[in-house]
Amino acid sequence: MRQVQVRYFAALREQAGVSEEQLETGAATPAELYEELRLRHGMRLPATMLRVAVNEEFVDWSRPLESGDRVVFIPPVAGG
Amino acid sequence: MQKFSFSSAALCPERYREALTDPASGGYASFEGWVRDNNEGKRVLRLEYEAFEELGLKEGERIVEEAIRRFGVQKAACVHRVGDLAIGELAVWVGVSAGHRGEAFAACRYIIDEVKHRVPIWKKEHYLDGDSGWVNCERCAEAAHEHTHDHDHGPVRA
Repeated sequence: MRQVQVRYFAALREQAGVSEEQLETGAATPAELYEELRLRHGMRLPATMLRVAVNEEFVDWSRPLESGDRVVFIPPVAGG
Repeated sequence: MQKFSFSSAALCPERYREALTDPASGGYASFEGWVRDNNEGKRVLRLEYEAFEELGLKEGERIVEEAIRRFGVQKAACVHRVGDLAIGELAVWVGVSAGHRGEAFAACRYIIDEVKHRVPIWKKEHYLDGDSGWVNCERCAEAAHEHTHDHDHGPVRA
């Protein structure tokens, strides 16, 4: 199990009903973690529409997770 | 001035422009994005911008540095608003100073296009009919809910 911090923004924050959480997970990658959290919180956005950042950098969905990682799932952006 | 920054207060283009003056520059181009009162047929009353600022600052700075290298301009910068905005307010500013106008326009265009597609900023529109929605998210979520995809969306364009 790993201790990770997850922050949620915009549509995902509203769907999850929380902006940040610390949790213990058996998920080995951000892809596994998102599926776990999507089921728990009932988030409607599929992973195929998101990007993911770990420790404030974009990463691949298959990057191994480590304890202490700060994970952010990034919904479709709309700046400008 | 920082190459890319967020501001929760009203933007000040006159002040940012000063920071881009350069004796080697013969031209300056800027872009201002304003809050519009309509989007896709709906009347918009106001907007909210939310950003993942830690990553947004890094990605925004990378974009401005790419533009400077790619087009060989002297100086460039971008500032994006966050928080609640009213119709007509300035949402984003981009400025570029360069030897000549061609590269100034090109770099300015590059920066605003890349910022819209790469920087983690989200826009929530509040409509006249009382509804609200996150731009680029709501209909995608509905579409994903209605059918399973056997194709990739690719990057969602604003």
